Amino acid sequence: MSTFLAQVRHGLVSLGFLVFIAAALPVSAQQSAPNVPIDPDASSVKEQSLLQEEPRIQGRIDIPDARASVLIQPAGRTWDHFHEVTLHWLGAIIVVGMLAVLALGYLLLGRIRISAGRSGRKIARFTPIERFSHWLTAVSFVVLGLTGLNITFGKLLLLPVIGPEAFSALSQAAKYAHNFTSFSFMAGLFVIVVLWFKDNIPKKVDLDWLRQGGGFIKSRHAPAGRFNAGEKMVYWLALGAGAAVTVSGLLLLFPFYGTNIAEMQIAQVIHAIVALLFIAMILAHIYIGTLGMEGAFEAMAIGEVDINWAKEHHDLWLAEALAKRPDAPPGEPAPAPTPAK
Amino acid sequence: MARMKFLCDADRCIDCNACVTACKNENEVPWGINRRRVVTINDGKPGERSVSMACMHCSDAPCAAVCPVSCIFPTEEGVVLHSKDLCIGCGYCFYACPFGAPQYPRIGNFGSRGKMDKCTFCAGGGGNEETGSPEEFKKYGANRLAQGKLPLCAEMCSTKSLLAGDGDIIAQIYQERVLKRGYGSGAWGWMTAYHEKPSV
Repeated sequence: MSTFLAQVRHGLVSLGFLVFIAAALPVSAQQSAPNVPIDPDASSVKEQSLLQEEPRIQGRIDIPDARASVLIQPAGRTWDHFHEVTLHWLGAIIVVGMLAVLALGYLLLGRIRISAGRSGRKIARFTPIERFSHWLTAVSFVVLGLTGLNITFGKLLLLPVIGPEAFSALSQAAKYAHNFTSFSFMAGLFVIVVLWFKDNIPKKVDLDWLRQGGGFIKSRHAPAGRFNAGEKMVYWLALGAGAAVTVSGLLLLFPFYGTNIAEMQIAQVIHAIVALLFIAMILAHIYIGTLGMEGAFEAMAIGEVDINWAKEHHDLWLAEALAKRPDAPPGEPAPAPTPAK
Repeated sequence: MARMKFLCDADRCIDCNACVTACKNENEVPWGINRRRVVTINDGKPGERSVSMACMHCSDAPCAAVCPVSCIFPTEEGVVLHSKDLCIGCGYCFYACPFGAPQYPRIGNFGSRGKMDKCTFCAGGGGNEETGSPEEFKKYGANRLAQGKLPLCAEMCSTKSLLAGDGDIIAQIYQERVLKRGYGSGAWGWMTAYHEKPSV
């Protein structure tokens, strides 16, 4: 080593260098890791985690409209897909399918005639109140069905034909018709459910009717009371479907009166699907009551039916009804004893 | 062509409701109709979050798809408008909307729905009225977009939490913010509305 002074200088320089490095370390530390980001919202909720817990995100709002408290309900897109895709397919298959089945039935069976021909003698089948209630329900149903189908299918089938302004005006009227006619439908349905409840209770004879082919097989005789098994099915299905569309329809008519967005969507889904099935069933009912069977329509139109028609299709009911008559017409064979039920 | 979007930075929203007031005033929205609202989640608890919400002007808008009279449609700029002349007030667009944007005045029989009203991105309406005319204003509110301006809610936001405008630009602004401050809860509603997140 050189002189003592040189050693001291060397040591001081080394020391200074060390101090410099020591001081520099924290500085570089400052530059390489700036203020560690503090996330003030770390404990706060995130969109994805909220949606995983609940189907929709809700919070507190300042306005009195309770619906506004829902921030995001992604189920809206799902419901839209149901209405625009699923329901269109369901509707096409159910309604057009039923029409196709009925057309096929007509081609194969034709109009089911009264085998013995008309006798010319009539017997009362439906009272004026029964007929009025039935037609009130029936006409209401047709109005409701058509205006309801307009909501789903109108823009596909009718809008291209008559243009947007006319279609909107029509749809506006259809909306009001649908809303108001629902009440006459509900009233009519209630009355016929009550009036015909007793005669529609399933009985053993209904099984026999089904086994004999329900009057569609000419060679066999299908026994029936006032209403056969087919009519009883229409009654009970109409009661069930009618109740379902009534409840869901009232929810749709008075939206958000105790229901939230999810419940409204469910109500619409039920209303639409049940209505489609109901329409299909009524199409079959209309067919058999008009084109499908000779002698059927006059029962509901004027309240009386031909005796031969009654003998062929509702023999048990005819026997009871004839037995009740105070005076049997001359030449009329003695009514058959009332068979055990 | 710009694709218009909204982005609410939920980390900046302070529930001041300036956006709500601005919208109400600019468009003279009648009483009972709330085009824009601020929803506060976990109010008063730690981790409280506020988000401003109106119409998101979705890509393939479910309201437009479900409308029975096809009165809702997107413009070239992605703004979803509707025609009050064609609307029948059936309420289906509200069921379909993930954000609860459609509003209805209760002026039908028995308080039932009148014509639908919603945020128009301050772009007037989808009817036949002349752009910027008093008739258009009476029905749909302001048409700022036609004057080259952006929606007033975003302009008035006190913290610049609510951004409105070209989707790419506001996504970029948001991403820069997230990078600079180091945190971000994401663009609320973007996945549902636009099927995408603001890309980094």
